[in-house]
Amino acid sequence: MENIQKTDQNQVNTMDNASKNNGTPLLSLKNLHVWFELKRWGFAHAGYVRAVDDVSFDLHRGDAIAIVGESGSGKTSLMKTILGINRPIKGDIFFDGQSLSELNPRQLREFRSKIGFVQQDPYGALPPFMSVRRILSEPLIINGIKDPDEREERIRKVMSEVKLNPVDDFIEKFPHMLSGGQQQRVVIARAMILGPKLIVADEPVSMLDASVRVEILKLLENLQHSHDLAVIYITHDLSTVRYFSERIFVMYAGQLIEKSSVDGILSNHLHPYTDALLKGTSEPDANNAKIFKEVPPGEPPSLVNPPKGCRFHPRCAKMIDGLCNVEDPPEFEPAEPGHLTFCWLYKQNGHES
Amino acid sequence: MATENGKSLLEIRDLNLHFQTTQGVVQAVDKVDFDLGYNDAIVILGESGCGKTSLARAILRLLPRNVDRYDGKVRLGDMELMGMGDEEFRKKVRWVRMSMVPQAAMNALNPVLKVGDQVAEPLMIHAGISKENALSHASDMFRRVGVPVDFLNRYAFELSGGMRQRVAIAMALVTTPEVVLLDEPTSALDVLTQTNIFNLLKRVKQEFDVSFILITHDIATSSELAERVAVMYAGQIVEVSDAGNFFEAPLHPYSQKLMASVPRLRGTQDLEFIPGKPPSLIGLKAGCRFAPRCSFRFDKCDQDPPITYKGDRLVRCWLHAEG
Ligand SMILES: Nc1ncnc2c1ncn2[C@@H]1O[C@H](COP(=O)(O)OP(=O)(O)OP(=O)(O)O)[C@@H](O)[C@H]1O
Ligand SMILES: Nc1ncnc2c1ncn2[C@@H]1O[C@H](COP(=O)(O)OP(=O)(O)OP(=O)(O)O)[C@@H](O)[C@H]1O
Ligand SMILES: [Mg+2]
Ligand SMILES: [Mg+2]
Repeated sequence: MENIQKTDQNQVNTMDNASKNNGTPLLSLKNLHVWFELKRWGFAHAGYVRAVDDVSFDLHRGDAIAIVGESGSGKTSLMKTILGINRPIKGDIFFDGQSLSELNPRQLREFRSKIGFVQQDPYGALPPFMSVRRILSEPLIINGIKDPDEREERIRKVMSEVKLNPVDDFIEKFPHMLSGGQQQRVVIARAMILGPKLIVADEPVSMLDASVRVEILKLLENLQHSHDLAVIYITHDLSTVRYFSERIFVMYAGQLIEKSSVDGILSNHLHPYTDALLKGTSEPDANNAKIFKEVPPGEPPSLVNPPKGCRFHPRCAKMIDGLCNVEDPPEFEPAEPGHLTFCWLYKQNGHES
Repeated sequence: MATENGKSLLEIRDLNLHFQTTQGVVQAVDKVDFDLGYNDAIVILGESGCGKTSLARAILRLLPRNVDRYDGKVRLGDMELMGMGDEEFRKKVRWVRMSMVPQAAMNALNPVLKVGDQVAEPLMIHAGISKENALSHASDMFRRVGVPVDFLNRYAFELSGGMRQRVAIAMALVTTPEVVLLDEPTSALDVLTQTNIFNLLKRVKQEFDVSFILITHDIATSSELAERVAVMYAGQIVEVSDAGNFFEAPLHPYSQKLMASVPRLRGTQDLEFIPGKPPSLIGLKAGCRFAPRCSFRFDKCDQDPPITYKGDRLVRCWLHAEG
């Protein structure tokens, strides 16, 4: 305990991205805090919902990462902040080296056109009374593409990229005439149409049937490779991540508690919460019905008054009394380089990163 | 499958439920056959819109107004249910011997009634038990399903999703029915909450003499409860197999494709998807409904495939037809 100096988390991790990339990251989050103010009677301050609480990571061009966490852990809030919809209360986001907080409204609009967004809940995502053509025209019109021929050309191009082929069969259709998979292809086409460098996909497949889910994941993967896209894939389902991303960030109660390559998580996970998520993820196996599974007791904490120390400690079987329930864990790197976790269990064998 | 005197607990034969719409007749449940044993758990697996909820409604006779056709055979223990009048069905069957946790039940709890009263209500209505007595049963049931007893006095909005789902399960169990239908009980829940709910259902199945019909599109988690699996496609059951055989070697080409689409945490196999989409349930033509998407299609598939029994397994596919 003595030889640990707790770094202030101002210092941002440079080991964060262990991939081959160097140079300026495409996206860099530095100690990002997104808090929502709670108001009583509509005006009196009653505390904050700490939806994102000190999150840092780098994402390089062409890389795919997955953010995995339970409902309410802050995944969507984090995404909306990256998109410039939520404002951070503390910390900053850099895109191509540019701080978002320094952008003027025109620059902010231009920045947003470089990020494609696939929002949660595909069924609510498409306006029901617009044809596919109309839906795909909107972002072009908003971004000042006035020539109808150019718009038509770009719409047709993106539709064939997302395999809505033959284009003429789909371009006049309304969302309710499309299958779930086709609707989600339209959502992806809309995210792709301005030629983004980054796609943020918030639970793009969780509402879909297994087969359609695979269809969409494969499409995203193909687009990622063919366009050298960076992708942030948000999900609560660990079993889909390895088909798609290189790195996984596990989110719990507003924080990224473990960051690793997919292999690192599957073969050598570190955090007890990651352990619970992995054990809870089912594979189709008839023996499952014969056994009871271990589950940590309780539920995720309130984000208004999160537990002192490690936020997982009230549910953790390995909790070290006097430490985990007192002091915030720093980020340790006890295993392979780039595999990081906020957990006191690694204070002996892990050097603080 | 456990039987008594060679008979299953619930026998369903040639069950049909069709709806009338302005576009035509929707054949949501079409010639469905399956059995449920004593202290059994069968999973009804299928894609969105294939008729799973309609099948549950047909079994529990929870029918909408626009029914076009409703017939077949449903036997529960020694009772033939189809011939029974509505009044008798309500008195002797629904809630009493068979109950249901409806799809999205946790979001459908009454917002202005305390959850304890909601769990007590089926007992007061269907078993004629006094409120005081019913509440004490309800609190016992809360304990069993892992809801703190002081939550009896709370309202639904004060509970987390997982807790609300437990309340919905308590409501279905409180009348100690023999059959409980669970329609997508965990699909809106997180992994750890799902695991908790399945642990709970497993324990209930050990402690009570109850059989489950679990309706879901989630193949991986269905294995948490399944003793047997029935696969539904476009209104029909195309395969029924015991869980062991189903997860290892499914018979129907559709089941095989479904299994190949399940993401796995570990392993190397590639994921597959089924090109195309299921047919509309309006104006279905003769022949196998999966044929247009099937890689084994041959000329016989233009005619309706017969049901073939292979030991305890059932399959509706020409590849497996005898003779
Ligand atoms: N605009 C807001 N005002 C107040 N609280 C908010 C706001 N947006 C989100 N929250 C709260 O922040 C927390 C994190 O929510 P968020 O939607 O980011 O979670 P999530 O991980 O995306 O969950 P899910 O898996 O359910 O989509 C929740 O407690 C939520 O209620
Ligand atoms: N009352 C009704 N009138 C007309 N059509 C109906 C009615 N109820 C259901 N349907 C149709 O019957 C088909 C089967 O619906 P059902 O709700 O049983 O599917 P499901 O398998 O439960 O789907 P999901 O997984 O999405 O819940 C669908 O095409 C649906 O639109
Ligand atoms: Mg979300
Ligand atoms: Mg349904």
